[in-house]
Amino acid sequence: MKNGLRIAGGVLAVLTLAVWLGTGAHTGWTKTRVTIMKVDPITELEYPEIQDKFVAGVEVLGGGIVLSLFLLGGSLMFKSQSTK
Amino acid sequence: MKTTLLTLAAVTLTSAVFATPQSFDFKDPKGVNNAVFKLDAPLEAINGTASGISGIIAYDPENPATVSGKIVIDAKSLTVPNPTMQEHMHGGQWMDVEKFPEITFESTKASNVKTSGNKVTADVAGKMTIRGVTQEISAPVSFTYLKDRLGDRSMGQMQGDLLVVRANFTIRRADYGINPKAPADKVAEEIELTLSLAGAAPKK
Repeated sequence: MKNGLRIAGGVLAVLTLAVWLGTGAHTGWTKTRVTIMKVDPITELEYPEIQDKFVAGVEVLGGGIVLSLFLLGGSLMFKSQSTK
Repeated sequence: MKTTLLTLAAVTLTSAVFATPQSFDFKDPKGVNNAVFKLDAPLEAINGTASGISGIIAYDPENPATVSGKIVIDAKSLTVPNPTMQEHMHGGQWMDVEKFPEITFESTKASNVKTSGNKVTADVAGKMTIRGVTQEISAPVSFTYLKDRLGDRSMGQMQGDLLVVRANFTIRRADYGINPKAPADKVAEEIELTLSLAGAAPKK
């Protein structure tokens, strides 16, 4: 149980960090849409094109890290099993 | 010969004096017309866009000072990248889009008009209505008249002229009752608006 919680905590921390970094290391809140600016060739007006894309924000990063710390902390409540 | 020249001069003069402004429709099937809004607070920057734009502007390229018209933004088209923030923004405390579905600007006067080629800049005064509150404002606006360019934009389906309108100005959130009690360190008191619009005047 102790090792299980430690592994789960570690995997969750790494996974959270990987998702946050992989979606652009965004320091604001989570986005489900991104805006790409384009230029109309005739009028030369700049206009936004909105695309659906998940970008993990700081609450995803923070939530994942806090949960992984809970799991690692919880593992301390269990005694190590003796191998003898 | 003299009579012909006089008649020609009279016709030219009459048409110049009584030239009617063209009516440009800003409902844009290409989805290019947009308004960008920015609120830059110390703790949070909010950037969003609106694309549901319509309206009519009467513009005479020979006499741009007579420009007049009304631009309407569909409040439900206000978009921010975060879905929770968008839900709050559309809600009763902020923009209340169900009760106030339109944001409008109706011009009353153009002053300080300067022309450079097909581009005209002017200070346009008018009535801005947001969330049911109307305020008199004045904003620097540029107009670019693109003669016979509608065909290029509509793949030849329509012929006519285009009018490109650009404006950049700032309004105060509290002036329009947009959650005036919200802390200014999280939601900026000033809203920077950038309008990029193109209207079409098809030839009949």
